[in-house]
Amino acid sequence: MLVKVAVNGEKHEAEVEPRLLLVHLIRENLRLTGTHIGCDTSHCGACTVLLDGRPVKSCTVFAVQAHGREITTVEGLEQDGKLHPLQEGFMAEHGLQCGYCTPGMLMTSVAFLKKNPKPTEDEIRRAISGNLCRCTGYVNIVKAIQHAAATLQGGG
Amino acid sequence: MAPKTSPEVGGMGHSVKRKEDPRFIRGRGTYVDDVVLPGMLYLDIVRSPFAHAKIRKIDASKATAIPGVLAVITGETLAKYNLHWMPTLMSDTQMVLPVEKVMYQAQEVAAVLATSRYAAADGVAAVEVEYEPLPVVVDPHKALEPGAPVLRTDKKDKKDNHIWHWEWGNKAETDRAFTEAEVTVKQDIYIPRIHVASIETCGCVAHFDKVEDKLTVWMTTQAPHAIRTVFALVAGHVGLEEHKIRIISPDIGGGFGGKVPVYPGYVIAVAASVLTGKPVKWIEDRMENLQADSFARDYHITAELAARKDGTLTALRIKTLADHGYTDAAANPSKFPAGLFHVCTGSYDLKAAHVEVDGAYTNKPPGGIAYRCSFRVTEAVHTIERMTDLMAHQLGMDPAEFRMKNFVKPEQFPYKSALGWEYDSGDYGGALRKAMDMIGYADLRREQAEKRARGELMGIGISSFTEIVGAGPSKHFDILGLKMFDSCEIRVHPTGKAIARFGTKSQGQGHETTYAQILAEELGIPAKDIKVEEGDTDTAPYGLGTYASRSTPVAGAAAAVASRKILDKARKIAAHLLEAAPEDLVYEPGKFSVKGAPDRSKTIQDVAFAAYTNHPQGMEAGLEAVSYYDPPNLTYPFGSYICVVDVDKGTGEVKVRRFVAIDDCGNIINPMIVQGQVHGGLTMGFAPALYEEISYDEIGNVQGGSFIDYLLPTAVETPKWETGHTVTPSPHHPLGAKGVGESATVGAPAAIANAVVDALWHLGVRHVDIPITPPKIWRLLREKGVSE
Repeated sequence: MLVKVAVNGEKHEAEVEPRLLLVHLIRENLRLTGTHIGCDTSHCGACTVLLDGRPVKSCTVFAVQAHGREITTVEGLEQDGKLHPLQEGFMAEHGLQCGYCTPGMLMTSVAFLKKNPKPTEDEIRRAISGNLCRCTGYVNIVKAIQHAAATLQGGG
Repeated sequence: MAPKTSPEVGGMGHSVKRKEDPRFIRGRGTYVDDVVLPGMLYLDIVRSPFAHAKIRKIDASKATAIPGVLAVITGETLAKYNLHWMPTLMSDTQMVLPVEKVMYQAQEVAAVLATSRYAAADGVAAVEVEYEPLPVVVDPHKALEPGAPVLRTDKKDKKDNHIWHWEWGNKAETDRAFTEAEVTVKQDIYIPRIHVASIETCGCVAHFDKVEDKLTVWMTTQAPHAIRTVFALVAGHVGLEEHKIRIISPDIGGGFGGKVPVYPGYVIAVAASVLTGKPVKWIEDRMENLQADSFARDYHITAELAARKDGTLTALRIKTLADHGYTDAAANPSKFPAGLFHVCTGSYDLKAAHVEVDGAYTNKPPGGIAYRCSFRVTEAVHTIERMTDLMAHQLGMDPAEFRMKNFVKPEQFPYKSALGWEYDSGDYGGALRKAMDMIGYADLRREQAEKRARGELMGIGISSFTEIVGAGPSKHFDILGLKMFDSCEIRVHPTGKAIARFGTKSQGQGHETTYAQILAEELGIPAKDIKVEEGDTDTAPYGLGTYASRSTPVAGAAAAVASRKILDKARKIAAHLLEAAPEDLVYEPGKFSVKGAPDRSKTIQDVAFAAYTNHPQGMEAGLEAVSYYDPPNLTYPFGSYICVVDVDKGTGEVKVRRFVAIDDCGNIINPMIVQGQVHGGLTMGFAPALYEEISYDEIGNVQGGSFIDYLLPTAVETPKWETGHTVTPSPHHPLGAKGVGESATVGAPAAIANAVVDALWHLGVRHVDIPITPPKIWRLLREKGVSE
């Protein structure tokens, strides 16, 4: 089947099997390997991308379901050489260690801060509860998101 | 302690931002599944539904008929090359692919090689295997009963399921202490099987280049150099000699001990690449990871502790049954089949101790690796901290006061423990006092008394652990004979920048940053001017890898020693440039100056340039050094944790309300990274305390084989950690550092378990095994007549 998608603003098309998972389209057909795979039951969130602005676990979406839609991956966060405030926040607050869950955490957080620009700590914790991290204990991820929220509020 | 270097130089004590982060936050890391080579094939694995069964027949015809499926590899295929079995790190043997029978559910049975990931999976589904189920042994106690089915029928003359017996300490003295004891407590403690579940699973890309006659393997390994040697030892006879093997450990998505062993999937992928001459990728999925990769723990412990009525501890006696699954594939130093479990006297001045461990075979996957802890140290700490608490409660003493009374005192260091370890340094009372102050211990005890009077269940738990890390001195520590040194090689470039390569491999710990800081501290070259590389056996010096919190204690020390070798030469070059005698120079990080004439000086950058452009006659050019550091002793990080829990009488749920962690890892290289390691470690201590367990039903079906039922804590459950530290430098480490990656995982479970028992002690509860799940507590409360 022919699938046409816009990924990070760039148009792509690919001939795919109907069963191809979106995550494999992104990683293997388009070679955008920032989106990771950590489980097979939609629990870990390492594969989170934005589909028309909404976070989805791309291991649980068929590539054909993304036909005609816009996808944003971690590679699309940096704009004109300027990092997204969340990327800055994760670096400033030591919100990552092995880096494997980070792209998924970032994409979930991007969508979350758009919906809730001034979140409480508990709201942040709930928002990222579909993304597992084994390294950080979440403390600094929460701080990183707070850091970004403050930057975005300040017009940064 | 104020840092010696400026923030621009970024030596020890500075929270330098991580060099790794710019690539990770852009999605530009290179993990093994990101490696794609032209013509690459995909390998997927057929796994056994039975825990113990004869293989009658493997029919691959339907699989090989699928477009894209190239071959099905079985034990018979590998047997032609004598590669169907391989040695484990504990000198046992393990199947790569079975010829006769399978020994655990999810064991590798055959492998499908295909041109795509999806075709390989189709092939796996189409391979037909005929099994004849055999009696299953799940319980290690039953495995040792007379008449139990003998599992290792491959071992000639093996008549039972007993692997080994190991004991340590003075039995007669310990038994005498128990005979004379005024008070004793005894407790069965089970520390269940758990899994590290790093978010990246395991996998590799094996590429045998027939023209170059060279095998390159990108793989998820914490110990690339040792793996290269193991591969050469196993497959040298088929032409894979060590100089023809290159192991590349790329970015790793968490290791925690699970990426130390050699799994069959790696070996099959290598064999497939050698046979086809094409690159072969094998990436396991999460269920394969949880069901078949090495587990941790699974210790059935019976512990006894003796004391005088005044609360002085006198002796410890432990018997343990270790469930190793169908083979002993633990990743321990060779001389220690039970790892460093004999650090089980912990932080206490016990005069006598004796420990016995027996290993047993069962129909479960092999392992006995660590779960973010140095060789069985969590098992040791959990035991002594539970027992100490039990004794304190039994004597009616406050657990904090009881610990203070029995701690090894600062003036006793270096301290020789009853089980033979020489603890390097410590101030256990200092750490506990700081934790008590931070959490407001006295107020909490008052609050608990008031709540108890109202029928509410609140508990306060302490864990004052001592770790033992940095394996290890070559006299006692080796893996398969390879001594457990580690290495650093430094090259200072003419323009004063440097590259340093190490025998270790970071899996998220931030080595690229902290190692650069060590060099910055010693050489005065700014950390930003130092490139750190690890994980490529063709370029990095040989080392035993990263696990057991050994990177800072061993490779970090190598970095300091190699730096000092560089400085020895640099001093001579500086003397030459300053026309002074080397001994007349004063060194401060980054600068040599003439004694009494501080304006006559040369920077390390001046010296580096001269090393290539103007070196003294008779001296070799260049500025390089390498150190293979053999530590004189292990290091002993410690800490005191205090945890407050509330127990819900209606649901049995335990809520960790507060958790204060005071850690002491000696001198700190990067405070930001150390705190991050403690946060992560605490969460991996919290997880098995309340949630994680991999258990088996009576026919060996794994329970907990996916993230549906193996519960990793999310940001919602995870407590808001409160951390702090004390600093007691290691006297023998060149930087006074001790290592910190695993302390919190080791120390945290006991604090939580002790808090739960503390909450329920007045009801007659003396012990609860981890994980402390709501159903477990709910039943316990009902047994004790408590309802909402």
